[in-house]
Amino acid sequence: MLSKGPNPQLNAGGELQHLLTLEGMPAAIIERILDTAVPFVSIAERDVKKVPLLRGKTVFNLFFENSTRTRTTFEIAAKRLSADVININVGVSSTSKGETLLDTIDNLVAMNADMFVVRHGQSGAPHLIAQHLSARQRSHIHVINAGDGRHAHPTQGLLDLFTIRHYKHEFSRLSVAIVGDVLHSRVARSLIHGLTTMGVPEIRAIGPHTLLPTAVEKMGVRVFHDMKTGLAGCDVIVMLRLQTERMKGSLLPSAGEFFKHYGLTADKLALAKPDAIVMHPGPMNRGVEIDSAVADGKHSVILPQVTFGIAVRMAVMSILAGG
Amino acid sequence: MPTEGPHGRMPEGLPDAERALAALADKMRGAVAVDAKLIGIYSGGAWLAERLAALLPGEHPVGFIDVSFYRDDYGQKGLRAKVETTTLPFEVEGSRIVLIDDVLYTGRSVRAAINELFDYGRPERIELAVLVDRGGRELPIEATYVGARVAVGRELSVVLNRAGDRFELSVEPTTSAPRA
Amino acid sequence: MKIEINNGRLIDPRDGIDKKTSLFIAAGKVAAIGSAPPTWHANRVIDAAGMVVCPGLIDISARLREPGFEYKATLESELQAAIAGGVTSLACPPDTDPPLDEPGLVEMLKHRARSLNLAHVYPIGALTAGLKGETITEMGELTDAGCIAFSHADAPLADTQVLLRAMQYAATFGYRVWLRPQDAHLSRGGVAHDGEVGMRLGLPAIPACAETIALGTIFALARVTGSAVHLARLSTHEGVACVRDAKRAGLAVTCDVAINHLHLCDADIGWFDAHCRLVPPLRGVPDRNALRAGLADGTIDVLCSDHTPVDDDGKQLPFAEAEPGATGLELLLPLTLKWAREDRVPLASALARVTADPARVLGVDAGHLAVGAPADICIFDPDQRWAVLPGALKSQGKNTPFLGLELQGKVRYTLVGGQIVHEG
Repeated sequence: MLSKGPNPQLNAGGELQHLLTLEGMPAAIIERILDTAVPFVSIAERDVKKVPLLRGKTVFNLFFENSTRTRTTFEIAAKRLSADVININVGVSSTSKGETLLDTIDNLVAMNADMFVVRHGQSGAPHLIAQHLSARQRSHIHVINAGDGRHAHPTQGLLDLFTIRHYKHEFSRLSVAIVGDVLHSRVARSLIHGLTTMGVPEIRAIGPHTLLPTAVEKMGVRVFHDMKTGLAGCDVIVMLRLQTERMKGSLLPSAGEFFKHYGLTADKLALAKPDAIVMHPGPMNRGVEIDSAVADGKHSVILPQVTFGIAVRMAVMSILAGG
Repeated sequence: MPTEGPHGRMPEGLPDAERALAALADKMRGAVAVDAKLIGIYSGGAWLAERLAALLPGEHPVGFIDVSFYRDDYGQKGLRAKVETTTLPFEVEGSRIVLIDDVLYTGRSVRAAINELFDYGRPERIELAVLVDRGGRELPIEATYVGARVAVGRELSVVLNRAGDRFELSVEPTTSAPRA
Repeated sequence: MKIEINNGRLIDPRDGIDKKTSLFIAAGKVAAIGSAPPTWHANRVIDAAGMVVCPGLIDISARLREPGFEYKATLESELQAAIAGGVTSLACPPDTDPPLDEPGLVEMLKHRARSLNLAHVYPIGALTAGLKGETITEMGELTDAGCIAFSHADAPLADTQVLLRAMQYAATFGYRVWLRPQDAHLSRGGVAHDGEVGMRLGLPAIPACAETIALGTIFALARVTGSAVHLARLSTHEGVACVRDAKRAGLAVTCDVAINHLHLCDADIGWFDAHCRLVPPLRGVPDRNALRAGLADGTIDVLCSDHTPVDDDGKQLPFAEAEPGATGLELLLPLTLKWAREDRVPLASALARVTADPARVLGVDAGHLAVGAPADICIFDPDQRWAVLPGALKSQGKNTPFLGLELQGKVRYTLVGGQIVHEG
């Protein structure tokens, strides 16, 4: 076997250079990001929701895949840090003219970018960009993975951890259930890595065989195929989004049948602990993954997740840009 | 000759912190507006604000400010490892405010604190109270109330420590950590 | 031109020769072994002390990229790479642009190769027109033009009826059919092994049963049609077991494995190393171990490079979008030696997998050094270490997972038809 280098997201001193994945990220770095996000939550409650940390810095939101929601949260985060933010929807610009991904990057580097927030449909695209920047001696430019293929969505994983810590105060006695389409979910992968690193003793994945990766147990999760046993005694329930194109076909027969088996309803929620929290990365499909009564109910922390998401992204950006 | 204190080298002439605190409180007593709000800069200034609130007559609301997001050395030194949450449980708009810090040196922390305060509102007046003024200003900032003055070389930092409920001052070799 | 090679360790796996002796070459053929023929006077004497003298290597899968992909590599650059790697004969798959589905294309390729006068080139014709899996090609005309077998390269051939008929037609005339055992539906969109590594990296998976299902289909069709089938690029331990069983049951099939799959596994993808984007995908450690054991015990007949030069633009893409393949002509010998050393396979047996065995699969008179045989010879220093760096490779493709690593075993002389075509 060949010997591969360490994760390129850490520099030689073990500090965060890019945020590409939560896999292998030291607990101390995760803790620092979560701790730093706390004061940023209160910044958002002021009249002036802005601090001058990234004044003069240019952040490029480079979205090769459409996602208004995620792009907006990164945009707000960067603007609240006083950065100049440029949104580039690459899906409809350069690549359709034949420019390669790395050509696009080189062009933006020439415009003196300080940070790239990258969303890409292919797993590994942000790694490729980070490696390219370091090959071009442009290591001072930081890359934040805003979701790549099925691989990782580390800021979502971090905001999920922040939310869990906010409501449950610690990780070491929790049971967390992740429900639905784990196979295609970068959110699930990042969350599982994060929960494992932070010492969560029980992580469960619940779904039909068609939506669970074959080797999912190797990530340290227990697999369940029914909600009754899977949700029993859980502290945290994370409902994953089911993409519309996967609701009907060879993975699932229909959205209705999925909801019948795996949709989170009040009866199923009652199997979890009485103080269980319900999370969802959004956007939700009401009546597919989750019943409206639960989504809007007292266990739901889905909207606080969005608020915390901005603070966590501000924390990540300010730690990275401070080098 | 320097002597060994509990927290490092103590040069001759470093004042006793408790005596400096008493002197500072004496100067503030009667001079500070009755409705003044005390805002301590993390971390030494925050401890000091709590002690001063008890020493001064009347009821002075206390708040705490962490200036990490406003520091001018972020570009060189990055974000501090531990950032506290700024907590101002009162209106800043139109208030008379006394900013409180342990050591006044370059004036950069005070500059950052004033900038941050203005993102909460427009105060009527800001005064500055410090336990120790060690000179060496790099900005045109002066304290309204000073507990003690001390001359220390650039290679040393003056640090406020808490031992139980008592304050002590010590010096440490200057690190690359952000300067007061 | 008369050449005398002295003091070398002569290994001819086919004829069971492994001893220190001299080899005499005249008129493009092996003239004598041991003592010189009468009235011998050499034009050139090679001192092969400390070296191994063996038949020139035969690589049964090397893409030369002509016609159509000259920006990735040319016949000249890749044939230079071949002789630098001690490869004196090679078979090239039909996945050029256009594919090798017309006699004119094959004739042109043969002509270009002959005029370069480097390694021998044996084209494999397309089994269906345009590799589209619909219409079978003019296999007779293509054979006359120089094709030695017919394959579908890595293109999916989903229609079993077309496959059945192509094999029936080929069997009628005794043409060989080479097939990549991979179910077209189960491999659709997949780029990585269905295991822990692919799951962590979020790469779409190709399950091992994509290989075993295809093998089952091919075996059934081979029995029905009596077609001589060669299986290209096994990748799974289940696949090796299927082939072993089929051979035991008397089915006349041969098969090969590529150098990368013999040495690497999915964990080598690391953080999305596009050099490890290969077809079939790199699989798990148990798979790699089974491939090594299968090659040693003869279940797998041939080791090939599956040489696929790709330009930087083709590799500097996210893993799944990167063009699959790795350059390999110059790595075939050192990676054969590495396998032999690591698994304690006798050198002569290991070399058989890249000389005599591929000659048997191709059906050509090569890969041995009997008196009268064509003097296609590789002379290599088994101990010399060298670093796989872009500048060290003659191939226009610098794409290999072994880039930057040090390998052992360096070709010093390559002879084709009794002529020294490479000295290193």
